[in-house]
Amino acid sequence: MKYEKVLHKNLETPGYTGSLADYERLGGYQAIRKVFKEYAPAQLTDLVKRSSLRGRGGAGFPTGMKWDFLPKDPAITRYLCCNADESEPGTFKDRQLIERDPHQLIEGMVLAAYAIGARVGYIYVRGEFVHGARVLERALAEARRAGYLGKNILKSGMDIDIHLHVGAGAYICGEETALLESIEGKRGLPRTKPPFPATHGLYGKPTVINNVETLSNLPHIVNRGAEWFTSIGSPPKSPGMRIFSVSGHVNRPGNYEVPMGIPLRELIYEHAGGVRGDKKIKAIIPGGASAAFLTEGSLDVKLDFESIAQVGSMLGSGGVTVMDEDTCMVWAALNLMEFFAHETCGKCSPCREGSSWLVQMMRRIEHGHGRMEDLDQLVRICGGIAGKTVCAFGDAEVAPILSTLKHWRSEYEYHIKEKKCMVGNRGGSLVTIGGH
Amino acid sequence: MNPDTKKIQFSEKAQQEIQEILTHYPDKRSALLPVLNLAQAEFGHIGEDVMVMVANLLDLTPPKVYEVVTFYTLLNEKPVGKYLIQLCRTLQCALAGSENILGHLQQKLGIRVGETTQDGLFTLRTVECLASCGTAPAMQINGAFYESLTREKLDRILDDLKRGAQPTLKPMGQN
Repeated sequence: MKYEKVLHKNLETPGYTGSLADYERLGGYQAIRKVFKEYAPAQLTDLVKRSSLRGRGGAGFPTGMKWDFLPKDPAITRYLCCNADESEPGTFKDRQLIERDPHQLIEGMVLAAYAIGARVGYIYVRGEFVHGARVLERALAEARRAGYLGKNILKSGMDIDIHLHVGAGAYICGEETALLESIEGKRGLPRTKPPFPATHGLYGKPTVINNVETLSNLPHIVNRGAEWFTSIGSPPKSPGMRIFSVSGHVNRPGNYEVPMGIPLRELIYEHAGGVRGDKKIKAIIPGGASAAFLTEGSLDVKLDFESIAQVGSMLGSGGVTVMDEDTCMVWAALNLMEFFAHETCGKCSPCREGSSWLVQMMRRIEHGHGRMEDLDQLVRICGGIAGKTVCAFGDAEVAPILSTLKHWRSEYEYHIKEKKCMVGNRGGSLVTIGGH
Repeated sequence: MNPDTKKIQFSEKAQQEIQEILTHYPDKRSALLPVLNLAQAEFGHIGEDVMVMVANLLDLTPPKVYEVVTFYTLLNEKPVGKYLIQLCRTLQCALAGSENILGHLQQKLGIRVGETTQDGLFTLRTVECLASCGTAPAMQINGAFYESLTREKLDRILDDLKRGAQPTLKPMGQN
């Protein structure tokens, strides 16, 4: 199926450079004009609530509701932060939105800042996005010169400015309170909640943190209305378009903007061109490394928040990774466990200690030195981490092991009994066990 | 000269940039990460002398700077080669054969992960997901992305750098 593009419309237009002139030519910055003329801030929040837009960063929290949690007293300073710390393995949609259509994001941020009454916004962009940061700096300067940012925007009396804050390599800074700590010049250690950022955020002030894709949706909701938005995707709870990043063993990996709720099978076989070499699918991660692995049996699940949750995983960041029948599930789970062990911030003992225990045990099994009792021990350790930490990282890091153990326990047992891999393929490179 | 007593200072241009950065925040400490990123661009790495200087500049105690430098993986406490190669090792790149690319890199450069070539040209690191999974396997050299890597492409990239070409920043899928 072909769908009308929304967030990708500009960047898929031939010759589109992402400059201010190009963005304006295709209708850019009309949403700000419309809002300043027709909407009070509370009315804009109401519009976004009626659209049922949900966060595109991972948690899927309703955006308008998040804004509404802020205290109503306009005398209190408040902040807007854009989470552009895209680091969830399998996810690369925000990078493209930043690099190719930065003004769409900036217009979205001006709208969000207007709704919540913030005069300052920060874009927290991960340090690896060196090119993306340059694109954003240039776009912010253009927007300032054109009067879309700064003092008295479009003579509305509104002062809104946006600054870029470049990170320096830390997955955890995508967790919203760690992101705030990082902007404050500290280690990115998540805060204990409550209090939530809506009341005690950046510098202790009410703060909204929204993802790049979430904010990029706002100009379109303003221009076309809440009814239009809820008419696409999977209403009432998961309306709108969604950008899925497809990676792994598919013929055409890439970012695909489709209505929320299309079947997983359609995304993989129609949009991403099916599996390389016409092999069978063994496993799919539907929402970034923090989401549980699914089997081929889940291919007909709808790609919306509720349907994915019903099959025991999560839509998360929209990072869909496909693994073919030759992929070793122990190897795949170990790889992601190593990721989490590297990225744990170290604040909570269960996560800090547990992640390194899990890596050690997984390495032992992968390298042919595992014991059968390790399998129950893995589950016990995972149980000691999930739900026992300050942030959701603890729940995320146990997903690869628990889900692969659930669906492919025989592969673990084969590794332990036969001291070798059942399929032998480690992502295209044949390596004998214990070889590294 | 003893490096401990050498007075280290930001360039004029960097000092101006720092003044601008400070206007972005209500709190001086918030400028720490931007200033450290700037320091690394100026001095190549962030040694103790730089940490102390930055601490003085932002009215922080040196440990407050040290704890941040040691937390963020892109900040180098020790010198690195002229070209810092950061190859993604996470699952999505591994599914596309990053283990082969790593093997080839190590062989070609004659070093292992974490090491620097004797001529000081290349440092090799593996890193976690770079948000380049649709164009895997991927790496960065001095912040520039190189994607959809093959052995042949890698040979070309390294040869170009040895001949003096500079890594260029390009959008996803174009390098």
